[in-house]
Amino acid sequence: MTATTPPQLTPQQLDAFGRELDAIRERVIADLGERDAAYIRRIIKAQRGLEISGRGLLELGFLPPAWFAGTVALSLSKILDNMEIGHNVMHGQYDWMNDEAVSGHAFEWDSACPSEQWRHSHNYMHHTHTNILGKDRDIGYGVLRMSEDQRWHPYYLGNPAYAVLLALFFQWGVALHDLEVDRVAAGKSSWNDKGEMLRAIWKKGRRQALKDYALFPLLAGPGAPFTFAGNVTANAVRNVWAFMIIFCGHFPEGTHEFTLEETEGETRGQWYFRQLLGSANLTGGQLFHILSGNLSHQIEHHLFPDLPAHRYAELAVEVREICERYGLPYNSGPLHKQFGSVVKKIVKLALPGDGGDEDRAVEPTPLPRRATTREAVAA
Amino acid sequence: MFTQMLTRRALGSKLADALTTPHGVDRYVELVRPAFSLRDVRAEVVAVRRATARSVTLVLRPNGNWQGFRAGQFVRLGTEIDGVRHTRCYSPASSAHVCNLLELTAHAEPDGVVSPFLRASARPGMVVSLSQAEGDFALPDERPDQLLLISGGSGITPVMSMLHTLCQEGYRGRIAFLHYARDEHDVAYRHQLAELAAGHTNVRLLHGYSRQAEAGELHGRFERAHLRAAGVDPAEALTFACGPTGLLDAVRATWAQDGLEQRLHVEQFTAPAPVRAPDGEHVAGSLRFARSGVKATGTAAPLLEQAEAAGLTPTSGCRMGICHTCTCRKLEGAVRDLRTGEISTAPDELIQICVNAPVGDVTLDI
Repeated sequence: MTATTPPQLTPQQLDAFGRELDAIRERVIADLGERDAAYIRRIIKAQRGLEISGRGLLELGFLPPAWFAGTVALSLSKILDNMEIGHNVMHGQYDWMNDEAVSGHAFEWDSACPSEQWRHSHNYMHHTHTNILGKDRDIGYGVLRMSEDQRWHPYYLGNPAYAVLLALFFQWGVALHDLEVDRVAAGKSSWNDKGEMLRAIWKKGRRQALKDYALFPLLAGPGAPFTFAGNVTANAVRNVWAFMIIFCGHFPEGTHEFTLEETEGETRGQWYFRQLLGSANLTGGQLFHILSGNLSHQIEHHLFPDLPAHRYAELAVEVREICERYGLPYNSGPLHKQFGSVVKKIVKLALPGDGGDEDRAVEPTPLPRRATTREAVAA
Repeated sequence: MFTQMLTRRALGSKLADALTTPHGVDRYVELVRPAFSLRDVRAEVVAVRRATARSVTLVLRPNGNWQGFRAGQFVRLGTEIDGVRHTRCYSPASSAHVCNLLELTAHAEPDGVVSPFLRASARPGMVVSLSQAEGDFALPDERPDQLLLISGGSGITPVMSMLHTLCQEGYRGRIAFLHYARDEHDVAYRHQLAELAAGHTNVRLLHGYSRQAEAGELHGRFERAHLRAAGVDPAEALTFACGPTGLLDAVRATWAQDGLEQRLHVEQFTAPAPVRAPDGEHVAGSLRFARSGVKATGTAAPLLEQAEAAGLTPTSGCRMGICHTCTCRKLEGAVRDLRTGEISTAPDELIQICVNAPVGDVTLDI
């Protein structure tokens, strides 16, 4: 991460900035309707279609073309289910439809993580406290060192290896996320308080595993190993994809972190400002955006987490224009570049220190008023 | 029939549930058969009639989860308009003895949402969601000796169902039916009423028209004289009345004078009160938390804070309208979004209680 100084806005500018974004939000909310409902239903239909065909083909998994096509279809189904449908529906993006099938508090996704825990760790903890060290547990998921401000420990020599494991088993990582295992290990909280959560994870995870690793394979009779392998692969593909997209949201070079002190008593404008500086977009085609759950528009998602995500592409044009006018950075790049910088960071932070000398060379001075890069905090 | 039963057994099995986890069987089958559900009541519109200039009558075929109704009860009908599911109460007007079909009539009010939509757009093949039948305004299982049915305007439907039901089961007691409307063209069930009255000597039918003085047997608003005209003694008949407030107030007053409140059942059709509160001004009201049975006096604070002050612990998160953790169902009443000032009066809708304040009486599902 290059330590660029975040731009500074006067309180008046921040208020005006906030009002402009509020205006966009209100305009979209007034316009919600048939178009959005039809969109999410179309995606759901596509996901269910892919799932049924994928699982059907994998029952014939002993035939290589069927195995391949089935695995691709099931992988796509799980990706759509978790990202464009699950993540977005659980944000309450479609609550205004008043339909249980797409309501945030009723939806369950095809993932080991119980939706209720996800809503807490993600919608509340991560979205409210985005990139605030010590508050936003998405910084490293309690396993990785993703910021220089996480004190180095020999444990972190394994940073790249942990990242690979987290990517492969991401759904389980997400499932255990809200347990805050690292805090239990550090003696900051106790296993005794986690009983209910553990039971929920066990219940959900068991059903997920039973379906993917026992029932559907058994239905294939002698072809069970092929079905099993297809399902394992589809889950892994979804895991790695989700890991890549999500880690590209807040960790690429140029994203900023914040301290609890500097975000206390934030105004609406300051909140928007932090969301913008803490997020990064991915460029790509329409299909890429859909498969990323439109988290490729991470900036717009963090500014407007409960607006239907398929509108982010339109909103991005306006947001980018507003950012230009206020002289604010708009972090955007293709997947390979953004993910490349994330990988670099994971590897660098395995070692003690702040991750390299070249960063030091551009250490910001003076201290930015609202946002601070890690160097500034460390200093 | 046998294959249908077998399919349902298979779809309802534990195996099917485990294979379709976490979404459940419904979410797959409904994509090809929208009226199917293992649990929910849904119905397909099989016929649509537009008997008057304002009304629309839907004949519905509910799915297998429908448990039937008692004549006079109502159902909550859900339909989607411009992407938003709206729910409204309607009383079936058909006989309770017909279990595979039911008929609802909606009257399009000028500032309504659902009824005008149904009047304009309902068509056979459309699928709506239904609740099971609800309400105490219903014929007692042990039929009374004599009945007096009074209705005004769109309030005709529940008492129409009572009449249909009684006629179909060969009820022998006397039934007097008093109906009030603007004019004869505004009575959705005029022909059916005439037929039932002609075919059953125990049914006496009287109409009163407010804008057509010369027609009808009853003149002016409801009064005691109308009971004499119908030849009915309220002390002897069990009375069911449904209609607008004015009519029901007059009926209640008459029965109260005679000390016969116990012999009167009323049901009022009230559209959600269109609350017009100027921005930021608090409209006093009471809060009811339906699930916990707690009541409180409403203030201008966010509903989340008021629920907590009342000793409840609803789940919540950011308290600023971002995370949707506190989202819950508002059953009745109007709320104001504290961010936009917008007021919403729709019954049965999801709201974020951290950024909504009550405007008048509000009932939440907490």
